[in-house]
Amino acid sequence: MSDAAIGQRRARATEGQMVSSGRSVGYLMSAIAVFIAALMLCPLILSFLDSIKTTADASSSPPNYLPQALSLENYGKIFSYQAGLWTYVSNSLLVAAFAIAIVIVIAVPAGYGLARFNFRGKEVLFLILLLPLMIPYQALLIPLYLNFAKIGLANNALGLALIHAMLQVPFSVYLMRNSFEGVPRELEEAAVIDGAGSFQIFSRVALPLVLPGIVTIALFAFIASWNELLAALILMSKETQFTVPIMLVGVRTGHFGAVDWGALQAGIIISVIPCVAIYVFLQKYYVSGLLSGAVK
Amino acid sequence: MAIRNKNLVGLLYLAPALIFVLLMVLIPFGQLIYTSFTSESLLGGGKWVGAANYMRIWNDSNFWKALGFTVKYTVYITPILMITGYALALLTAPNRPVLQVARGIIFLPVVIGLGTSSLLWFWLFDQQVGLFDRALVDLHLAGNMIAWFNNANSALWAVIISVVWKVVGFGMILFMAAIQGISRDVTEASLIDGAGYWQRVRHIYFPLTARTILLVTLISAIGSMLAFEQLYIMTAGGPNGLTFTSVYWVYQSSFIKFQLGYGSALAVILTAIIMAGAAIQIALTARRAA
Repeated sequence: MSDAAIGQRRARATEGQMVSSGRSVGYLMSAIAVFIAALMLCPLILSFLDSIKTTADASSSPPNYLPQALSLENYGKIFSYQAGLWTYVSNSLLVAAFAIAIVIVIAVPAGYGLARFNFRGKEVLFLILLLPLMIPYQALLIPLYLNFAKIGLANNALGLALIHAMLQVPFSVYLMRNSFEGVPRELEEAAVIDGAGSFQIFSRVALPLVLPGIVTIALFAFIASWNELLAALILMSKETQFTVPIMLVGVRTGHFGAVDWGALQAGIIISVIPCVAIYVFLQKYYVSGLLSGAVK
Repeated sequence: MAIRNKNLVGLLYLAPALIFVLLMVLIPFGQLIYTSFTSESLLGGGKWVGAANYMRIWNDSNFWKALGFTVKYTVYITPILMITGYALALLTAPNRPVLQVARGIIFLPVVIGLGTSSLLWFWLFDQQVGLFDRALVDLHLAGNMIAWFNNANSALWAVIISVVWKVVGFGMILFMAAIQGISRDVTEASLIDGAGYWQRVRHIYFPLTARTILLVTLISAIGSMLAFEQLYIMTAGGPNGLTFTSVYWVYQSSFIKFQLGYGSALAVILTAIIMAGAAIQIALTARRAA
């Protein structure tokens, strides 16, 4: 076969997309993908539609797909649920803020130390930092609860944040190490020549360059903390300290066995909003973080 | 001197993280093991009881039931997640805008809390007001509204459906990245050789993404072995205590029945099971990183 013929076949072969061949197959695949995506979106859309039904409509059996009339009744109920929605939201936000701060203070320097220094036992120390992957936090909640109860960290936002931060340490350290390794050494070497000290190099030269990595670990810490249920359930026994997920379980349980379905949907929508907003607006950070944290 | 100095500075950067892991993981883990040999209770008091808690686990049919259910859940859901995740990755791997949007939507439930998504599906599956049930009836897939949670088997499937919805996008994204990472030269060569689509999937995509498949399978299986929220919310361990998982049983023993010593022994055994899987996961991750 002549070179030209091979070239032609090669060109034809690459014309089709990498994983599909032929235009009609491509359209079919797109149609299937769109159909599946629409299906995946249904539960959230139905939940939203339910949340804007009247309370009676939301509990009707058989249920209606669409609201018979629009109403903010359910949101009104969830806003004034027990200690008030704002109490739970602000508890959750406070815990998440503490968790983000702890994760950054711990993981950023650790990532820098691992990326830039060679010292004996480094590999072992790195493995120690990955220990929370091996010892599930679900198992550690008993001793942590006992310790925290002794030093006043039970029923305390900081206490819960410490546990949420622990969940994020392996991923965050790993991601920060990779981020710092991506910073060209020349920049830091230039700073050394200019007479900068180690900490100055870290804070003035390297740190600004790994800002995307820091944003990513903060996002993951927020989402993990905002959504976490088990540790919150164990640590927080006072109504006024409940986080949003505990509140939702309470709404589900209802009064005297009767579930207020409309209020539950309103609660679900409120708990989903921050996560979806972060995902939609900061998808770049989120997905790239996931990929570099789990695969590389 | 300079070298030793540099060692010390490096260690200093690691110090906060190391101290944190020491205080939050290592010391508590030691305490957990110690407590597992005592009769510690949330109501106070705790004497050394030797291996009594472990002997009790051996004879605790509820523990074996919970472990059995956890393994069954893991064995059912892991292949479903891997196959659907990989299929969606193949479907959405080409970088056409419409596929990118579809991918983004399919991934969306991953960022929602497991507790929240479980509550959402608890509603969708409800026999009185559940729209999933209503849709099945309207599509003539079911005669009438199903009482999913009255039966351990249908409850298991309800939980599996909800969790697949919640996490399938995670595998999809990782598989997709692995597929897109395959060198174009390889796929082009196979096209020139006249390989069909399924031949390419079988002989090129699968082998070249094997490591990712293994890694995602491990992450997913470990997650399933630690299942709690979805069952706590959707079945509360019922009916007849048939859907308790290992973590749920640790929670139930420790914080509902107040038996911290016994709960600790259960937690130690759970940790041993998870450690084995996690060690392989770390080895796989570290090898690529090195």
